Amino acid sequence: MFRRQGDRYVAIFAVDEVRVLRKVASEVVGLLTDGFDHGDPVVGRLFPEVYPDDSASTAEFRRYTEGDLKTAKIDQAGAILAALPDEAGGGGGEVRLDAEAAEAWLRALNDARLAMGVRLEIKDGTDLGEELDEAVAADPTSSRVFQLSVYAYLGYLQESLLNALID
Amino acid sequence: MGGMAAPQVAPVETPDTDEVPVSDRPWVTIVWDDPVNLMTYVTWVFQKLFGYSREKAEQLMLDVHHKGKAVVSTGARERMEHDASQLHAYGLWATVDRS
Repeated sequence: MFRRQGDRYVAIFAVDEVRVLRKVASEVVGLLTDGFDHGDPVVGRLFPEVYPDDSASTAEFRRYTEGDLKTAKIDQAGAILAALPDEAGGGGGEVRLDAEAAEAWLRALNDARLAMGVRLEIKDGTDLGEELDEAVAADPTSSRVFQLSVYAYLGYLQESLLNALID
Repeated sequence: MGGMAAPQVAPVETPDTDEVPVSDRPWVTIVWDDPVNLMTYVTWVFQKLFGYSREKAEQLMLDVHHKGKAVVSTGARERMEHDASQLHAYGLWATVDRS
């Protein structure tokens, strides 16, 4: 979890955490590049219809803004990938961010959580602990157990970085 | 016409302030509630993007959370579209509408 050190935001990650972060950030990049599809509900959530009752105006807005928005989202996911410790160096290690990189991480962690939230069908009032208990009871080795744990982990990580920033 | 003056019916005179023509009404940016974004994050984004005080940003966040949506900025259409695209960059669910 992140803490502030002077004007830097610092966290020590275990090798498994680095792997998870690399995976989720890469998945976001994949979603925004080769996998980009307006029919995908995740893309729908990351690029909301700005005029829900006016598809022509929404299309017009997208024509002017979507390229930049996509680039910004790819760059912020890239900020996570760029700051993670090298796999060659054993995998785990320290991440040290300046204020700009910390904000890019915050937005990128949020994008990753939004994407996972859609796939996991997180709703208002969803109790993550209960969801996880149910998923474990159904099959402790399932992908849903893993995905829910990662989703919860990213939430804690984002909150710790935010708290360090506004501290 | 006899001595009794017929009541004068003036053609539509009093402007009704509630009926401002649609084209004159300003536009608004609306943020909608969603189950993923952290409350502290949403508050931080409002402060960051709009320069709102902590108190104002927190109140807007609570409006979004409890009422399902809140108007976060008001003005010209182009300005609202700019605000909405900024909010999208931060992952907030924002739309633009007439006020």
